[in-house]
Amino acid sequence: MNQPVSDMIKIAIASGKGGTGKTFISTNIFYTVFQTNYRAELVDCDAEAPNAAAFFNAEETAKFEVTQQVPVINTDICTFCGKCHEYCNYNAIFILPPMKIINVIEDLCHACGACSVACKFGAITEKPVSLGQVTTFSLNNFNRIHEARINIGVMSPVSVIKAAIKSTDIQSDIIILDSPPGTSCPFVQTVAAADYVILVTEPTPFGLSDLKQSVETLRTIEKPFGVIINRSGLGDTNVQKYLLQEDISLLLEIPFKKETAVLCSNGLIVSEYDIFLAQQLLTVTENIMANHGNSNNQR
Amino acid sequence: MEIAIISGKGGTGKSSISAAFATLNGKVVLADCDVDAANLYLLFNPSNEEEETYIAGKKAVIDYNVCNSCGICVDYCRFDAISLKAGKIVISEISCDGCILCSRICPENAINMISKDKSRMYSGTFRNGKMVYGRLAPGEENSGKLVNMVRDKAKILSEESGLETIILDGPPGIGCPVISTITGVDKVVIVTEPTISGLHDMERTVGIVQKFSLPTYVIINKFDLNTSIMYQIEEWCKERNIVVAGKLPFDTKIVEAMVHGKSINEYKPDLKISKDIQEIWNKIIN
Repeated sequence: MNQPVSDMIKIAIASGKGGTGKTFISTNIFYTVFQTNYRAELVDCDAEAPNAAAFFNAEETAKFEVTQQVPVINTDICTFCGKCHEYCNYNAIFILPPMKIINVIEDLCHACGACSVACKFGAITEKPVSLGQVTTFSLNNFNRIHEARINIGVMSPVSVIKAAIKSTDIQSDIIILDSPPGTSCPFVQTVAAADYVILVTEPTPFGLSDLKQSVETLRTIEKPFGVIINRSGLGDTNVQKYLLQEDISLLLEIPFKKETAVLCSNGLIVSEYDIFLAQQLLTVTENIMANHGNSNNQR
Repeated sequence: MEIAIISGKGGTGKSSISAAFATLNGKVVLADCDVDAANLYLLFNPSNEEEETYIAGKKAVIDYNVCNSCGICVDYCRFDAISLKAGKIVISEISCDGCILCSRICPENAINMISKDKSRMYSGTFRNGKMVYGRLAPGEENSGKLVNMVRDKAKILSEESGLETIILDGPPGIGCPVISTITGVDKVVIVTEPTISGLHDMERTVGIVQKFSLPTYVIINKFDLNTSIMYQIEEWCKERNIVVAGKLPFDTKIVEAMVHGKSINEYKPDLKISKDIQEIWNKIIN
């Protein structure tokens, strides 16, 4: 199972704190690697607030719905025994046997299939319900962006994120995963698929606190990672001190410049204008590819 | 009165603005609902008078003394969490959803469910009132239930202490934790920034808030980064009758205040930005 499937590398760009520049780094690395003729794909895993595609003039070339199987109960067959209700760990089946009422609360259903197993009368079938979409935007034949987007009110974006990651081409050289913020389930599921994680932080107390939490999580799941400090010069130097103390590799410091913020605000790729930044990001990425390539994370 | 501060996009300045609102004049109850990346306690250093455990669900664990590696559970698990590796059944803690099905169908009764009990809720006193915050353990599902627990606690603190204003600092995104944060509040404040991403995310956020028909106020933070998008945001809000409560400039003093462990209004109350924040707050509460 653990044999490498290709020379492809998957790099996740993540941060505990929102707004530190994950999408900025993801889109700029994507840009510099495909400009250097690597076959690259970008997966926008921030399914609650996907924004990466807006930075590129790419054509929508594919779109599919991601669904989950929720139960449908046939009340002509149902004996109102309550076994499905007992099996459901998410309180998604509402039952009032004396009144012969049984309802599935689809918003609470996790599609685990336990109710179907519980029902001994064949009263439960399943139907697909949409969780969100994966949209593919193509820049050319090789370079694509896959965007995960959940419908409003969906409990967990994980299925949609996994579907977006699976949409990538096995022939690609590099796949960049723009992670959701935080360190909860969606973050862990995204970074679990990666060979290497770049944590993006900012040199502030909030940035440091969230960085520590991300580091703790990545160490627990034993993922190799390094850190990019964005907006360096703002705030203080406690992030740098922490990295030294913990022996964590500092991949790059990107100084705070108002021009950078303005370019980003307009949905532009800063590396197109800042050749120095482009070169630095390419060097960081190529080093990671050399040291952590050969993806064996096939999740 | 409960006021929720949310944003859609992360890093627009939700927490800095919540911190400022919490330190204006009257004492308040401050609840950090961003349980996935709680930060406000760093500024306010509250006394943690109470600590409660939040059970984030269950996870399946194999009893290898009993398991005979029949593999039935592998077929039943819809989360791809169970696999057979070198003759041994392995459960991925990351993928397990805690649905209990494997434990129910195992013919050998070799699978036990244990509670995920590493998440916490803390509450206590800070320098301008009462404070409550949650910390979700890494890798756990942010279903919004811990947010509900934080809000329930905030209400209890409010009743006990007589502090009527509850400020909720919300999580980023538009998912369940955000919905849990805004359900039933009196007012929602959306902090946005004049960037393409900020505009997109604000549109999605307003979409959710309008489902709940809540009085909504928009604050355009760092408005001077891009005045053209700022005008677009103003125009967009105007067309939908959403009040833009105010605009705040990009100011490195906000970061400086944070480094000093203070809100901007505590750090430099005489700055224009601090006075602007006071004015925005007055507009929102009246």
